[in-house]
Amino acid sequence: MIKVNVDGRAIEVGEGQSLLAVCLQQGIFIPHLCFLEGMPESPASCRLCFVDIQGEPAPVASCKVPPWDGMVVRTDTERVRRLQKSALRLLLSVHHVDCRNCPSNKKCVLQDLAKFLGVPLKSKKLEHLQREIGVELDHPLFQFVPERCVLCEKCIAVCRQHNDFSLLTFAKRGFNTVVTCFEKDPDRLPCSDCRACVEICPVSAIFLKNEAAEACLDQPPPFPDSP
Amino acid sequence: MKQANSDVLERFRTLIRQARQTVQESKEPGKPHIYIGMATCGLAAGATETKQAFEETLAERGIEARIIPVGCIGHCYGEPLVVIENPGFPAICYHKVTAGKAGALVRAFLEEGDPLFEYVLGALEENDLIPTVMDFPRFNLERRVVMADCGALDPENIDQYLAGGGYESLLKALEMTPEEVIQEIIDSGLRGRGGAGFPTGRKWQAARSADGSRKTVICNADEGDPGAYMDRTILESNPHQLLEGLAVCAYAVEAENAVIYVRAEYPLAVKMIRRAIDQAGQAGLLGAHILGTRFSLSVSVFEGSGAFVCGEETALIQSLEGKRGMPQHRPPYPVHKGLWQQPTVINNVKTLSSVPTIVKKGAAWYRQIGTQSSPGTAIFSVVGKVVHPGLVEIPMGTTLGRLIFEICGGIPNRKKFKAVQIGGPSGGCLPESFMDTPVDFDSLTQAGAMMGSGGMVVMDEDSCLVNVARFFIDFTQNESCGKCTFCRIGTRHILNILERITKGEGKEGDLETLRELSQDIKTASLCGLGKTAPNPILTSLEYFREEYQAHIREKRCPAMMCRALTAFYIDLDKCARGCDACVGSCPVDAIFTTKGRKKAIDQELCVKCGECMVACPTEYDAVGKVSPSELAPVIERPQEKAS
Repeated sequence: MIKVNVDGRAIEVGEGQSLLAVCLQQGIFIPHLCFLEGMPESPASCRLCFVDIQGEPAPVASCKVPPWDGMVVRTDTERVRRLQKSALRLLLSVHHVDCRNCPSNKKCVLQDLAKFLGVPLKSKKLEHLQREIGVELDHPLFQFVPERCVLCEKCIAVCRQHNDFSLLTFAKRGFNTVVTCFEKDPDRLPCSDCRACVEICPVSAIFLKNEAAEACLDQPPPFPDSP
Repeated sequence: MKQANSDVLERFRTLIRQARQTVQESKEPGKPHIYIGMATCGLAAGATETKQAFEETLAERGIEARIIPVGCIGHCYGEPLVVIENPGFPAICYHKVTAGKAGALVRAFLEEGDPLFEYVLGALEENDLIPTVMDFPRFNLERRVVMADCGALDPENIDQYLAGGGYESLLKALEMTPEEVIQEIIDSGLRGRGGAGFPTGRKWQAARSADGSRKTVICNADEGDPGAYMDRTILESNPHQLLEGLAVCAYAVEAENAVIYVRAEYPLAVKMIRRAIDQAGQAGLLGAHILGTRFSLSVSVFEGSGAFVCGEETALIQSLEGKRGMPQHRPPYPVHKGLWQQPTVINNVKTLSSVPTIVKKGAAWYRQIGTQSSPGTAIFSVVGKVVHPGLVEIPMGTTLGRLIFEICGGIPNRKKFKAVQIGGPSGGCLPESFMDTPVDFDSLTQAGAMMGSGGMVVMDEDSCLVNVARFFIDFTQNESCGKCTFCRIGTRHILNILERITKGEGKEGDLETLRELSQDIKTASLCGLGKTAPNPILTSLEYFREEYQAHIREKRCPAMMCRALTAFYIDLDKCARGCDACVGSCPVDAIFTTKGRKKAIDQELCVKCGECMVACPTEYDAVGKVSPSELAPVIERPQEKAS
């Protein structure tokens, strides 16, 4: 057994799991967004799960660190929290914050993180930015709302798991990156029985079209904050 | 295990003998030889027309001479460059040889023996007639190790490379064990020239000891920094040197596959390297059973589609595997799990091109050049406001001041030096106080810049550092792959704030937000692109803070470059009555005639292109520029009389 010390608590862990997974199982919360339990590789793209490890010069992403014997970890140092708050503020600055009309309201990972880190959902610190969605996001069965998407890649990962390859993919790049599907033919899509991407999305950025009314998206969302 | 035996040696000797003979036979004694630099930079400067003019004039005059296209020596300010070996004269280098000069050279020099001194850059050897190029600091302060043969060889001719001692290092490596080769590279202290400066020998050792059956060596030639073209020049001018280094590396790490990842936007480099691979394969220096040994290496070329981020090694591997070019978290490092999950060595063009010389002359020799912690030479492409821009290969440890002011001739047009941006778009902007800083990996990182792959942009007093920072972050945020939060969203926020500041819409507190955000992006981004993207902002904020403050507080651009904050005006005391020079130059009809029959600018219409300033005759010099724009004198446009 490997012995790890997290925030002063001694934990015994087995091999083969990341530090983040171990901590979450032990009830030690580390903010995270793109980590998916049971997936072989985490993309390490959300940049939230930082921890300070004794001997490391800077905070490291805990989803990519295997625990080692004698590891001393702190999850709540000032610099860790600073980076987490900064990352969340950035994510919220491109998120369409309209919680009342969002199906994820009260079960939203962004709301939870904002509460945990003490970051206001509508921060004054950064202005609201809007992506240019230049690609066709049409899907016969699903509706995408890129303004909500946090690009955690979970939908792509579960799609790959269910279909051996992923129908969902990233399109465009940089600031304007979106998740989309390039297959438009309903007969060639194995989606009708599969809801994996809809179920995994933490922010209701993807849902079934016939549930669109329920998802309060029969009309395009207004952008009160955009400049 | 050593691979070379007497058979291998004999085979190699035969090869060299044949190559020397071919080269000897191709030289025609008594005839003039004209070498024309025909790499991309030469072609852009008109080398094709120059070559054509030589051919036509030679035919017209009935003179027999040989024209040999060669690579580039890196002296961009002098392109097209031509070297003429005329019997009875030393070899002479001519610069800026246009088609007209080419014709004149044939008639005057080759026909009548007048070397046309006014066109001469210098002689290549000591003589009593013409000063040599070595009298110039641009030549004699350089130290050429990697680029020693660039511009001297025909890159399409393997015999020339072989006759000059080429592939001897590969033979020497085959006479050593792979461990000995790696030890030699470790002893030489060679550090990766791609930017990070990781010790090359240690990388090779890690890949060698890693478990895996199909190891790969990748040459990273995905050069994407604006204004940097070292890798392109080496590929175009001396591709065999790179292939030799690649083969030595593959032998040392026991790889049988090698890939050269080169930008598709470098068509000439792709052509040269492909031809070189074919030629080396035919000579038995690449491919199956190299020189009859048990060592085989197949080399392929992969053309990258031009994403800057694919120069990052994990993104490069994704791209090679046919996936979206997005960086992956390290560790695992490619030396353990790289291409197709196999151990992979990724080295830059300049790193691999340094290898043959190190193997040939030994680690101790290499260590004599450069500094203790950064041995060897550095290749920079110095561009921007210098008299002699181009590629410069200098020993590590040369000071910035010496590089810019002595080797590259300083700032043209009597302007003042302002800043130098080192290390590509993610490098730092350093002011004049850093001119004593030695150029090496550690000193530059300490100063807030970085070695990068060797891009260097020199700026004079006309550059606005806020605008420069905006330009570079615009580039990096455009090239961000969009994977991680900080780089994807953070760099866009920085760009937006800088755009506001250059438009005069900056607010108090912007600088603090810029600094905090930059630091977070630097610490928390996933890959090297994000980790270094804020460098131009952080350094310019530190060294040119008052320039930012002038933009925000006074709406003033001290360099008078930000259009929204500057205005052009015509000084009525200097303007000449009746002169119309500026009127025609204005694209928007903003210039009108005043009551006193002089000219004035309608600020409402002016688009601030600056054409009137160029058009105004120098004896009047009446067009001026001010910042903030309110300082421009307001002159009423006279009412047009109703007819």
